Amino acid sequence: MATEEFDGLDANGSLARKRLYGRIFVGVCFLSTLVGVVALALLLADVIYESWGWLSWEFLTYPPSRFAENYLPGGRGAGIYPALVGSIFLIVLTAVFTVFLGVGAAIYLEEYAADNRLTRFIEANIANLAGVPSIVYGLLGLAIFVRAAGLGSSLLAGSLTLTLLILPIVIVAAQEAIRAVPDSQRRAAYGVGATKWEVTRDVVLPSALPGIMTGTILSLSRAIGETAPILMVGAATSMFRPPYSLTGPFSAMPMQIFDWARLPQAEFQHVAAAGSVVLLTVLLLMNATAIAIRNRYDTR
Amino acid sequence: MSGADITYGEVSDRGTAIARVVFLACALVTVLTTFGIVLVLITGSIPFFREVSIVEFFTSTEWSPIIRPRSYGILPLLWGTMLIVVGSALVALPVGTLTAIYLSEYANRRLRRVLKPTLEILAGIPTIVYGFFAISFITPQIQRVFPETGTFNALSGAIVVGVMIIPMVSSLSEDAMSAVPDDLRNAGYGLGATKFEVSTRIVLPAAVSGILASYVLAISRAIGETMAVTLAAGMQPNITFNPLEEIQTMTAYMVEVGTGDVSVGSIGYQSLFAVGLTLFVMTLAMNLLSQYIRGRYREVYD
Amino acid sequence: MSYEDTTDDSLVDQRPTAGLETATTNSGTGRTIIEAEDVNVWYGETQALHDISMEIPEQQVTALIGPSGCGKSTFLRCINRMNDLIDTARVEGAVRLRGKNVYDDDVDPVALRRKVGMVFQKPNPFPKSVYDNVAYGLNIQGYDGDIDARVEEALRSAALWDEVKDQLDESGLELSGGQQQRLCIARAIAPDPEVVLMDEPASALDPVATSKIEDLIDDLARDYTVVIVTHNMQQAARISDKTAVFLTGGELVEFGDTATVFANPESDRVEDYITGKFG
Repeated sequence: MATEEFDGLDANGSLARKRLYGRIFVGVCFLSTLVGVVALALLLADVIYESWGWLSWEFLTYPPSRFAENYLPGGRGAGIYPALVGSIFLIVLTAVFTVFLGVGAAIYLEEYAADNRLTRFIEANIANLAGVPSIVYGLLGLAIFVRAAGLGSSLLAGSLTLTLLILPIVIVAAQEAIRAVPDSQRRAAYGVGATKWEVTRDVVLPSALPGIMTGTILSLSRAIGETAPILMVGAATSMFRPPYSLTGPFSAMPMQIFDWARLPQAEFQHVAAAGSVVLLTVLLLMNATAIAIRNRYDTR
Repeated sequence: MSGADITYGEVSDRGTAIARVVFLACALVTVLTTFGIVLVLITGSIPFFREVSIVEFFTSTEWSPIIRPRSYGILPLLWGTMLIVVGSALVALPVGTLTAIYLSEYANRRLRRVLKPTLEILAGIPTIVYGFFAISFITPQIQRVFPETGTFNALSGAIVVGVMIIPMVSSLSEDAMSAVPDDLRNAGYGLGATKFEVSTRIVLPAAVSGILASYVLAISRAIGETMAVTLAAGMQPNITFNPLEEIQTMTAYMVEVGTGDVSVGSIGYQSLFAVGLTLFVMTLAMNLLSQYIRGRYREVYD
Repeated sequence: MSYEDTTDDSLVDQRPTAGLETATTNSGTGRTIIEAEDVNVWYGETQALHDISMEIPEQQVTALIGPSGCGKSTFLRCINRMNDLIDTARVEGAVRLRGKNVYDDDVDPVALRRKVGMVFQKPNPFPKSVYDNVAYGLNIQGYDGDIDARVEEALRSAALWDEVKDQLDESGLELSGGQQQRLCIARAIAPDPEVVLMDEPASALDPVATSKIEDLIDDLARDYTVVIVTHNMQQAARISDKTAVFLTGGELVEFGDTATVFANPESDRVEDYITGKFG
C-alpha cells in the first residue's frame, strides 16, 4: 500500500544532511564543554607540577626568604607561614563581621522590610555591589579604613575591606536560606503568641542556619583568594611573623604568591606554585566543609 | 485571668522594635558602601582633575603620571583593558554559550552532575592562581608558536581571563535556556524539527536576553579583572594592535600604584582614584545594562 | 461533572448522547491511513498501554476519550513518536502510516513528524511574530514555494486570518489564549501534513474559544486526518466520526463509529463511563 510520497519517512536528502550538521554541532558543543574541564585540569596539573619538590613541611612553618634555595628541602627553611596564619586571621575576622552584618541585613529584607522604595533600593543596590570590581573595594578600604579611620595597613582594615566585598554575596545566600523556612513554622510560633523578634530568634534563624553557614563559608572562600583589595589596603609582602595585633601589619597568602610570582628569578616560580597549592588546599577544605554542612542538613 | 482583662497592645514587644532597628542598620551598611565608593572615588579624583583637564585625560595618548615627562591620557590603559576584554570575549562567549547548550539540551543527567561542579570549581579558583597559570603555562605555549612573544603579553592575559569567565557565561546562559518551557521544544519536535533545530532555532532565540545578559556581566568581570592581567599582560601602557606585546590595563595600573612607593597627595596617588572612577563607571554601566536586558527577558514569560 | 464547564451549554443538550444531533459526518475517503497493531508502551516499569490495535480512517476525525491516566495521550504520542523524547518510554508493536511501520529502523522520527503534525494541550506559540510562528515549519522543512501565501492559507484554514492579518509582525504571545491555540493549529498545518494530532487542544480555553476550535476541527477534516484526545465526551460526540474509548490501565475497550459508541456501546464499562457512572 506504500505510495511513493511515503518513502519520505526515512532520513534521506536534506534531512540526512541536517542530521549530519546536528551531529557535528553536538560534537562542537561537547568539545566546548571540555575546554573548561581541560583548562581546569591543566591549571591544577601545572601548579602541582611546578611545585613538585618545593612543597615541604618547612614551607608551612617558616617565613619567606629572599633566597630561593632556602625554600628547598634541606635548605635553611623558608615558606608561607606568616601569610598562611595571616589569611586565617583575616578570614576569621571577616567571618565574624559578615555573619553579623549579612544575616542581619538578610533578616531585615526577608522578615521585616515592607515592600517600599527603600527596600527595593537596598535590593537593587546589593545586586549592583556584587558587580563592582574587587580592586575598587580596595580603594574604598584604602581611603576609609586605612586613611580616614587611621587604622593603617592593618589586619582590621584588611578584614573590614573584605567584609564589604563579600557582604552582598552573603546577604543573598542568607536571604535564600531564610526564604526556604516554611511559613507554616512561622505561623505555628505566632499561634502560641510569640512576638516577631521571638519568631525570628526561635524559628527562622535555627532553621535557616545551615543554609546561612554554607553560603557564608562559600563567600569566605572567595574572600580568602582575593588579592587586589588587600593589596590596595597595603598587605605586607615580607612579614616574618604572623600578625600580632588587630591594628598591626599583616600578610596573606594571595599577596605572598603575587610577590613571589613577579620576582624575575625562575626558582621563585616554583615557590609561587607551592604557595598556590597551599592556597588551593585551604580553599578545598573550606568548600568541603560547606558541602558537608549542606548535605548533612539537606536530608531533612 | 478573665477574658475581660486581656487588653490588646499591652504585650511589651521591645525585642521586635530593637531587632528591626539593628537589622535595618545592617542592611543600610550596603547602601553606605555604595555611597562610600562613590564618595571616595569622586573626592579622590577632584584634586587630580584640578591638575589635569578632563579633555586631556580622555584624549591624550600617553599615560605616565608618576615618571617624568608626565602625561595623563588614560587611553593607553583603556586600550589595554579593551584588548583583554575583546580577547577574553572571543574565548569565553562562544565556548561558554556552546557549553550552556550542551549542558541544557544534550548532556544526560549523570554527565551534567559531573560537568556542572567542575565548572563551578573553575569559577572558584583565585585570580592570582590564574595569573600564575598564565605566566608559567600559557605564555610559554604562546612563545613556542610565536618566539618573538615577550614575557608579558596581552594574548596570555586575554586567554586566561577568557577561561576565567567561561563558567559565568555558561552557568547564566544555561539558566536562561533551562527556563525555556518544554512546551516550546515539543512544539518544534511536533513540526518535524531536529534536535539541532530545536536547540538553535527555538531554545537559543527564546533565551537570547538571558544569554546576552550573561555576556555583558562576563565582559564587566573582564574589565575589572586585576591580578591575572597584571601578572600576565604586564605594566607597560601601550596602544598596540599586536597582542604579543606588553600592555597595561586600568586595573594593572592601580596595582602598580598600590604596590609602589607613591606618596599620599602626589598626582600619582590621585590618579589612582581617577582611574578607579573610570573603571567603576564602566562596570556599573555594564551591570545596569545586564539587568535591563534581563528585565526585558522576564516579561516574555509572565 | 467537570467537562460540562468547558462547553457552550446554550447550544448543546446536556445528555452526552445529545452530541449525536450535532455531529457532522465527514465522509472521508474510506481508506485507512493509520493502523495500530498490538501497541504496548511502558514508562520505566509501568505499562501504560496494553495491546492497542485500531484502524484510523483517512480524512475523518477520530476521537480518543477516556478518564485521565487511561493512556489516550500516550497512544497519540506513539503515532508521531513523540514518546521517543521521553528517556524511560519503550514502545512495542507496530503503528503503520499508509502501510509503513513508523517504528521501522529506516524511519526517521523527524521525517515522520513532518507528515504527522501535532497540537498540544497548552497553547505553545514560539516567542516570535505571528508570521514567523506559522512559517517556522515551512522554513525548517526547506519549503521552496511562496511562504507568504502558505502562511496566509494556513491562517485562513485555522480561522485566524481575519483577526491577525494586521498584526502578523507582533509576537504570538500577544494573542488571546484561543487565538494562540488557533495559531498553533495554523503552525501545525502550514507544512501540509497528512495527519494532525491534537492533545486536548481546547482544555485550557474558555467556552467561546472552545467552540471556535471545534468548528475548525470539523473544517480541517476535509483536508486532513485528525486524531484528537479529549476528556470531554460532548466534544467527542460533536466533532468526531470515530471514537475510541480507553479505560484505566491503558486498554482500548471500544472503537467504532461515534454514533454507535455513544448510543449503543457494546461494553458495559463504556456505557457506565459514558453515562457518568464511572470515570
